[in-house]
Amino acid sequence: MAVPHQQIDTTWKVETPEGIDLHAEVAGPVPRALAYITDLLIRGVIMLVLAIALGLLGYAGQGILMICAFLLEWFYPVVFEVFRQGQTPGKRQYGIAVVNDDLTPVMPGTSFIRNLLRTADFLPFFYMAGLVSMLTTKQFRRLGDLAAGTLVIHVPPKQDTEQLPKVCPTAPTIPLNSNDQTAIIDFTRRHEQLSTPRQQELANILEPLLKDKDENAVTKLRSLGVWLLGGSGK
Amino acid sequence: MKQQTFEKNHCATWELLETEFGESTPKSKNEDKPQFDKSRFAPLYRETCHHLAQAKHRSYSPHLVDRLNRLVLVMHNTLYSNNSRFRYQGLRFLIQDFPQALYDNRRYIGISAALFLLPGLFMFIACLTNDSMIYTMMEPVQVRQFEAMYDPANSALGRERQSDTDLAMFGYYIQNNIGISFRTFASGIAFGLGSIFFMVFNGLNIGAVFGHITRIGFEETFYPFVVGHGSFELTAIVFSGAAGLKMGFTLLAPGSYRRLTALRLAANDAIRIIYGSTLMLLIAAFLEAFWSSSSTLPVAVKYGVGALLWVLVLGWCTLAARKVGRRRLGS
Repeated sequence: MAVPHQQIDTTWKVETPEGIDLHAEVAGPVPRALAYITDLLIRGVIMLVLAIALGLLGYAGQGILMICAFLLEWFYPVVFEVFRQGQTPGKRQYGIAVVNDDLTPVMPGTSFIRNLLRTADFLPFFYMAGLVSMLTTKQFRRLGDLAAGTLVIHVPPKQDTEQLPKVCPTAPTIPLNSNDQTAIIDFTRRHEQLSTPRQQELANILEPLLKDKDENAVTKLRSLGVWLLGGSGK
Repeated sequence: MKQQTFEKNHCATWELLETEFGESTPKSKNEDKPQFDKSRFAPLYRETCHHLAQAKHRSYSPHLVDRLNRLVLVMHNTLYSNNSRFRYQGLRFLIQDFPQALYDNRRYIGISAALFLLPGLFMFIACLTNDSMIYTMMEPVQVRQFEAMYDPANSALGRERQSDTDLAMFGYYIQNNIGISFRTFASGIAFGLGSIFFMVFNGLNIGAVFGHITRIGFEETFYPFVVGHGSFELTAIVFSGAAGLKMGFTLLAPGSYRRLTALRLAANDAIRIIYGSTLMLLIAAFLEAFWSSSSTLPVAVKYGVGALLWVLVLGWCTLAARKVGRRRLGS
């Protein structure tokens, strides 16, 4: 059965029982590998500190050290994923998180499964099985993700704090479709990257609509953009 | 409806929800902010979903759609977060969930036990009758090491050690044995092959040690040592193998589900066994470090307690599982 308009994209959509589509961007092997390496380093540092501290305690310290090594190896990701919204420190660093594939927060059981199966993903050497699995499945899932039913997604950044041009927001007088809106928003967002003449040149294209030229047209377009971005006029 | 009107009408609700669900910090810190009534969650959630749908349909600004989308997502996660954190707690897990999991997977436990015991028996007999068989499994250095460990001339058992190293050994057993159990389970995803390998390999290894030790006549130190924790340890390893086999075999024969769905269901079921076997291995590590190694206890006590533990473990596994199974068939 052919699916029309199947996009080649990393967007993962879930329809909730309320009939709402939830979207998420699935994270690929590169940020995940970087996050893993970060976590590996953190674990290494913790182990080093523990080894030095517990080294003073002789044999008993060795026992405690081995228990700590065991816990760090198997439960470090589980604890963070369950209690920190699916983010180990490394994943937080790279803005990714583990979720169930219906985009609900990951559960202890599923997190445990996906982290136990790291062993299988690691085979035959340095996560080859996991990489092959990620590259051949649609949502970059490694074996652990497949068995647990989880995904790693990009966490959308918190409300962006980017500098918007300081103009008074104005509502558009004519209905704008979403393409128009996107174009105007992008124009407004890039107000610092585009040169002034280029901005004016672009704004002048809309002269019949804005009934203005050059600097005034740019200002009008920006105030539209700020309004579309939800600016409050401050 | 114009977007401004729409926003003006519903802004108060959204702000209330955003404050409640931590999406934004309240602008002013006045104490008289409207208290969130939890019983209104569901209607408010439905309303917000409705707003989002409307905003999308009327192509309101992406910013607004984004904001509503974010709000809906947080509320969705709050509503649907599956809190199984407390499902496997304490007694209920021991007397209900774990035996249930064992009963459900008794076929795999049988296969796993056979994969462990048959090669073990084979190697035991081989090593018992042939002096050099042990070297097909281990390096001469290793053989000398464990021969030294169980030499009746030694006063300490298990590893050469003083009593203050008990804790060190406890750590070692936890890291080593539970690690093996986890690996036995995880590698089962390779169509069961990994679990089969680990079970057969462990069986051969343990069979070889048993056979060799018996052949050279160290049994009066070796058997009292292993009988205590063996009940928990060997059974738990068999269970881990069964959990891995279940995953692998389900991938091969997914039944009426799609392969991936079947895998997920199997993994979720098998993990219950892993919880139990991890607990058993913890007990085994404790026994092995603090009880089995004791050289002051008379051998008879060790055999007695060991036998009792075996009866306890096997009896509990079979009886509880059968009871749970029967109850379920009856209902």
